[in-house]
Amino acid sequence: MSSTVATTDVPWLTLLVVWPLVGALVLWLLPRGSRAAGAADADAITAGPRRYARQIALAVALVEVGLGVAALLAFDAGAAGEHQLRETHAWISQLGVSYAVGVDGVGLALVLLSVVLVPVVILAAWREQGSGALPTERLRHYLALVLVLTAFMVAVFAARDVFLFYVLFEAMLIPVYFMIGAFGGPRRRYAAVKFLLFSLAGGLIMLAGVIALYLQGPGGPQGFLTENLTGLDLPVGTERWLFLAFFLAFAIKAPMFPVHTWLPDAAEQAPAGTSTLLVGVLDKVGTFGMLTLCLPLFPDASRWAAPVIVALAVVSILYGALLAIGQQDLFRLVAYTSVSHFGFIVLGIFAFTSTSVAGSSFYMVNHGLSTGALFLLVGFLAARRGSARIEDFGGLQKVTPVLAGVFLVTGLSALSLPGLSTFVSEFLVLVGSFGTNRAAAVVATLGVVLAAVYVLWTYQRLFAGPVRDDLAATRDIGGRERWVVGPLIAIMLVLGFYPAPALRLVDEPAATTVTHVGGEPPAVDMPVAEDGDHEGSEQ
Amino acid sequence: MTFTVPEIAWAPLAPVLIVLGAAVVGVLVEAFVPRRVRRPVQLGLTLAALAGAVVAVALLWDEVADTGGTDVLGGSLLVDGPTLVLWATTAVLALLAVLVVADRTSTGEDAFAPQGAAVPGSGYEEAARAAGLQQTEVYPLVLFATGGMLIFPATGDLLTLFVALEVLSLPLYLLTGLSRRRRLLSQEASMKYFLLGSFASALLLFGIALLYGFSGSLRYAEIADAVRTVGGMDGLLLAGSLLVLAGLLFKVGAVPFHSWTPDVYQGAPTPITGLMAACTKVAAFGALVRVMYTVVPDLRWDLEPVLWTVAIATMAVGTVVALVQTDIKRVLAYSSIAHAGFVLTGVVALVQSGITAVLFYLLAYGAATVGAFGIVSLVRERGAVRPGARTGAGAAARVPALASAGSTADVVGTGAGAGAAAAAEDRAGVGTGAGAGPAGADADGEEPPVEATGPVLGEATHLSQWAGLGRTNPVLATTFALFLLSFAGIPLTAGFTGKFAVFSAAVEGGAWPLAVVGVVASAAAAFFYVRIIVLMFFTSPHGGPRDDADEEARPGAVVVTSQGFAVVAIAACAALTILLGVLPGPVLDAVAGVAQLLP
Repeated sequence: MSSTVATTDVPWLTLLVVWPLVGALVLWLLPRGSRAAGAADADAITAGPRRYARQIALAVALVEVGLGVAALLAFDAGAAGEHQLRETHAWISQLGVSYAVGVDGVGLALVLLSVVLVPVVILAAWREQGSGALPTERLRHYLALVLVLTAFMVAVFAARDVFLFYVLFEAMLIPVYFMIGAFGGPRRRYAAVKFLLFSLAGGLIMLAGVIALYLQGPGGPQGFLTENLTGLDLPVGTERWLFLAFFLAFAIKAPMFPVHTWLPDAAEQAPAGTSTLLVGVLDKVGTFGMLTLCLPLFPDASRWAAPVIVALAVVSILYGALLAIGQQDLFRLVAYTSVSHFGFIVLGIFAFTSTSVAGSSFYMVNHGLSTGALFLLVGFLAARRGSARIEDFGGLQKVTPVLAGVFLVTGLSALSLPGLSTFVSEFLVLVGSFGTNRAAAVVATLGVVLAAVYVLWTYQRLFAGPVRDDLAATRDIGGRERWVVGPLIAIMLVLGFYPAPALRLVDEPAATTVTHVGGEPPAVDMPVAEDGDHEGSEQ
Repeated sequence: MTFTVPEIAWAPLAPVLIVLGAAVVGVLVEAFVPRRVRRPVQLGLTLAALAGAVVAVALLWDEVADTGGTDVLGGSLLVDGPTLVLWATTAVLALLAVLVVADRTSTGEDAFAPQGAAVPGSGYEEAARAAGLQQTEVYPLVLFATGGMLIFPATGDLLTLFVALEVLSLPLYLLTGLSRRRRLLSQEASMKYFLLGSFASALLLFGIALLYGFSGSLRYAEIADAVRTVGGMDGLLLAGSLLVLAGLLFKVGAVPFHSWTPDVYQGAPTPITGLMAACTKVAAFGALVRVMYTVVPDLRWDLEPVLWTVAIATMAVGTVVALVQTDIKRVLAYSSIAHAGFVLTGVVALVQSGITAVLFYLLAYGAATVGAFGIVSLVRERGAVRPGARTGAGAAARVPALASAGSTADVVGTGAGAGAAAAAEDRAGVGTGAGAGPAGADADGEEPPVEATGPVLGEATHLSQWAGLGRTNPVLATTFALFLLSFAGIPLTAGFTGKFAVFSAAVEGGAWPLAVVGVVASAAAAFFYVRIIVLMFFTSPHGGPRDDADEEARPGAVVVTSQGFAVVAIAACAALTILLGVLPGPVLDAVAGVAQLLP
């Protein structure tokens, strides 16, 4: 490790964690303003600092992005395989727990994804102000929860301590639970409880694994540090059980077939912004956990389980895509496409080649951008129509050409059109898997075809054809909404044509992980290490 | 025979002496201090005594940490590290519980019957109420019970154990029967508690006799020696140990000795329930740990199957039965049973870290418990039917019945007299109740909460009455949610740290099946905690799922303003819950540093 990295003084990651918490606290503590007494109607709050809750939240989120960029600048991309920006402090030394953070390239990429999506989500919730959907007073709580969630998201991707990771893994549920349960659609209670119970069940099984893992490790006041638990010579049976305990929690989170059933409900009932964070970032914690905990900690068990997991991943790809085709509700549709995409990510991780693992790492970021944008766009559509059912739309492209175009581009990113960043990652996953899991890679390719069906057919039903009379007056995408999706599409395009910077972040960690797990050297020569020749492939 | 005066080291006894001494003084205060100033005097005395006990523990701490502790009164009391931790925990929790006990609504009404001896529903009782009598005997009673709780886990011989058990139990039997509302339910609970408690005492005593027969001694250390050396009387030894353990397991509320818990927790005045649920459990688990670790550790292969079964059954029964409860106090009662199971996994582990884990868990659980029951004591129902109730006639008929249940007795439908009782109901102040605050119409057009009018009655313990509390009283509901999350063991709350510690100890002690069952039970238990959160936050008042037919006739819940003691206690509990969740290091270190039992 280069010494410049080790001696970084500014605790960027801690700042990234603490800053949104401060913001949330400020939002909650905003004084009520002068005309408090009689204001039974929450919408009536027009005076007092609470009026500026949105602006404050957005400012906090933008500063957070600035902090993220600063962290990126402090990060030495040349040593992306190392955990950098490290901080280690004793937290509960009695239990062997440390507050230990640090990111490698993958962690940093996901941290950046998190902080970039947050202002977008805040901006997407903006309009609800006073429109009846979210009264000002409740919007304030919602935004505060978003900021709390931001802190947890950043921290979970930066955790270098298994206990800390677990704590955040579980603590994240609480803000999301309230974000779905208090601000969602008509069946939100059911969706919120289902989400919580699925996640909690997985988490508690993981807790048993966490405890058992600690007792296998060296113990002591830093016994939970990931590096102290890596490379243990575990008995075969123990290792497999521990692997299963961790993997199940991650598979539920990810979500993989057959434990994915909570996602469509949650996504359908949650506000669009919540779904964006839930699917775009939170579910990545599952795949991130597989990548950074399951593989390095339990390499033998990972290889042992890989055939089954690869099979499940392929099933997820096809099953998610098929169900997506059959959905009537746009939110559920996007949720099922995610199940399909998570199948690709898991396939890449458990193919154990550095190409596929790098592809999966990059896929996580791209999927966050692409699906996040898709959820937000569906949210715009639903807000215009008051319904998210496909049959309620038709012919919109003549009325709202910009919205249609944006939707098309985003949709094409979901089917991995060359030129968009998702293509690079999906291609890498398939190429990387082909060497070790030929059959799986071939079958998974069918998922791409199915993706074309669900994207294009959906587009056709929503936007093509004659304009429906009741939709003739639909507003096109407005200024604020352009700012919501514009940056996401811009990032997807940039990374689609020039993925090298992102790949530089994920290549080395992928190689390190594959070395840990003892996977085979890349079967196919990695085409990306040089200078992004994907630009050629999409022309 | 000569009688030798035993050497008594008074200093290590100070915490116990302060509490019991203050209790005796409290009795005198009852007799000699004028009624007007009795309450402030009693309250000040009680709080000072408990705070003094905490200070005394703090002064003893360093010495005990250095020397490992001393035995006093000829070995009857063992003042070692765990003892001090338990004393501090008990005293702090009792202090907080007393604050809840002392609280009154802004119109000066407390949780206790004006005249405990009056027959429910009688004219005598009505006269006592009309005269505005207020109980102050509860303070010395609480102090006596607390004194017993301090002695209980510190005893070094079986006879003192039994005496301490009685000292702590008898005042609690009394206190249980003193509820102002639902007098019959309260007295029934008291009776049940007394009968079953006596039964358990008898079991314990019988076990003590058998162990004495086996070893010829009542001292823990000598019995432990006998277990190692004496052979051929295994039947006596096993039967004695099991009976003693049964007596202790009764006090912690472990299955199959749990059946009193829900009834007693429900019937007792809520502040007393908080005291019982938190402090009694601390004391009883302290005694259980000492017996398990110092008296019968060599029997672990014989006792393990029994204790494993008990622990698993306790977790399972507590969790499963709690799922179907509709009364908040019964939910918390069954949850306390489940928690007893979780603690047992740490006790059964029989490893050094198990002691630390159990001690920490008790503090974490106690803080959340006192706070949760404190909140329950503030959420009251009102005698009003919301406009547009579906069954007008049925609802109207129901109101007097409810009022009677709230004010005088549990006799539903006592007829015309009950209506009068409702009218005589003292009006308690209503603070930021329904309607005020940012109640706001719901996003999807659910009806706004209905302004309740009418007298404030007893506690709104039916779960459906808690619907929408998060909208009308966000701070209170958030705090309650915090306690529930701590019970559920969500990270960053004290409950999680405790659970983690006991499960770790269990796995370390080879009891990993217990840890697995514990984890599964935690997952199931999360469901009913979450259900309450759903009710409070995601359900508009009266808009919740209807699980029984007469629900629509139930009055809504309001939060009463009080003199503020309970709020202080609740805030302290909340702070403890967060602190022990986020930064448990110092406390864990302190506990682990002294968690060495004297032999």
